[in-house]
Amino acid sequence: MKRSITQQSLFYIIICIATVISIYPIFLMILSSFKSNIDVLQKPFSLPSSFSLENYKTLLDELPFFHYIVNSVVVSVVSVLLILLFSSLAAFYIARYNFKWNNGLFFIFLMGMMIPIKLGIVPLFMLMKNLHLTNTLWSLILMYTAIGIPLSMLILTGFFRTMPKELEEAARIDGCTDIGILKNVLLPLMRPALGTVMIINFIQIWNDFFFPLIFIQEETKKTLPVGMLSLFGEYSTNWSTLFAGLTLSSIPMLVLFLFASKQFMDGLAAGALK
Amino acid sequence: MNSTTNMNTKSIKRKGGWKRYLIHLFPLPALAVYLLFIVYPLFSAFVYSLFDWDGLTRGAFIGIKNFIDLFTLEPFNHMFWNAFGHNWIYFVVEMVVQNGLAFLLAYIIYSKIKGTGFFKAAIFMPRLLSVIVVGFLWKLILNPNFGVLNKFLNLIGLEQWAKPWLGDTHTALISIILINCWFGIGFAMLIFLAGLQSIPSEVLEAARLEGAKGLKLISKIILPMMKQSITIITVFTFTQAFEAFELVYAMQGSEGGPAYSTDTLAVYFYRLAFGSANESEIGLGSALAVVLFIIIAGLSALFLRLMRRNDVEA
Repeated sequence: MKRSITQQSLFYIIICIATVISIYPIFLMILSSFKSNIDVLQKPFSLPSSFSLENYKTLLDELPFFHYIVNSVVVSVVSVLLILLFSSLAAFYIARYNFKWNNGLFFIFLMGMMIPIKLGIVPLFMLMKNLHLTNTLWSLILMYTAIGIPLSMLILTGFFRTMPKELEEAARIDGCTDIGILKNVLLPLMRPALGTVMIINFIQIWNDFFFPLIFIQEETKKTLPVGMLSLFGEYSTNWSTLFAGLTLSSIPMLVLFLFASKQFMDGLAAGALK
Repeated sequence: MNSTTNMNTKSIKRKGGWKRYLIHLFPLPALAVYLLFIVYPLFSAFVYSLFDWDGLTRGAFIGIKNFIDLFTLEPFNHMFWNAFGHNWIYFVVEMVVQNGLAFLLAYIIYSKIKGTGFFKAAIFMPRLLSVIVVGFLWKLILNPNFGVLNKFLNLIGLEQWAKPWLGDTHTALISIILINCWFGIGFAMLIFLAGLQSIPSEVLEAARLEGAKGLKLISKIILPMMKQSITIITVFTFTQAFEAFELVYAMQGSEGGPAYSTDTLAVYFYRLAFGSANESEIGLGSALAVVLFIIIAGLSALFLRLMRRNDVEA
């Protein structure tokens, strides 16, 4: 595509401005977390005069930030694993076998994608209360698993349907059970699809704020996003600590992204296009 | 050879009985969790809307009285339409700013300038943050006295523009919406990029040979061929605009302040359901949930059908 120099330069300028606007706030957040409070308030544009970890110390010492981190990790990891496990089993069942209820089953799962589940929050809260799951991580794990299943089912079923049947037949002739087929033959081949499911769900779950807000009141059981609320409630004047809290919550995602940016972006786009 | 075949036939025959039914256990965990935590609560929410509520205790069946109250009693009626209008503003501004810019950026990246990997990643980066982090981060940036934005404006001599962005009823809503655009533009850009890349090059070549250039090329050839991505983004933006909660809650609290100028239907719903002090109105909240559901699911489905009908005709 031949473009004039002016057109190319214009494109560059636009995209550079967009890049700066996108990155600068994040850059500011990280940088400010290493400054003293005075510096943050009076010299916001300057680099830190000395890189101090003071703010992070405050976070971990005076706030249950360690708990927040652990809770977020546990909830995210367990939820993603359950989503993968449950969706794989169900998708395999639907894609590979032709029971007459399979189409209906698939449709029921798909409908979940169109449902704004937040609207059911009142019955959900009562349900969790009745199950004695409020203030436990399980309320979150079960919730996220349920939410993550529809899209994962869509992706995985599509994937299973494209797998060649000969592989399965060969394994069956060798005496493999159904579970054996799933485990030894299909699972290794499923890695890209599983990866997509994993990334989409992990981002959504780690960053979610709504369900921990409703289900969890106890400080030590909160996840990072809700912990932000407590942080901003208590430390509203100590900006450097606030920036440290924001940075600490975001670092895992940002670091993961730096290592796997292509997979992140391709995964999310693929999921949405389905 | 014979012995193995016999062995296999035997094992297949033995596979009758209970082991054969094991496979039917496969979809059960997914189905159980899904039915219990998604389907059941949603139906319950609809049922709840037909009852009278006193705090968390359910009272008598009152049919559609909650719906009537929602639209006839003050302040409920006023709050609904106030929030409803804001949701529409949300949608329109996001379509124009977020999606318009996203298309432009996708087009620029599509034209293969150097460094696309870096630009893609950089513009996508805000999407990785939790919405609550975005809300609080920008709250600090927009702080009238210490925030970076106003300090920057003062530095370059535009002091009259340094406003209390979130404290002024005229600027609060648009500020929040623009921040949401900042957050979401990377995702929209990726979808549009995928759409652009799916256009077969022969079509572009043919069009170019016929002399189509620049804006004409975009409007006559490229946009129509991107219908799928445009539809996806539009439905997605619409859904987001009408479910908007986290960002408003993080930046302005459950009252959608200042003076309800940033209130959205979802925030209003939260207020009714979990209200401040003793003002929780679960009956009205459930009615609002039903209305919201009809709006979101209904208009999305309608829009999707419209798009599909256009495809069939074309």
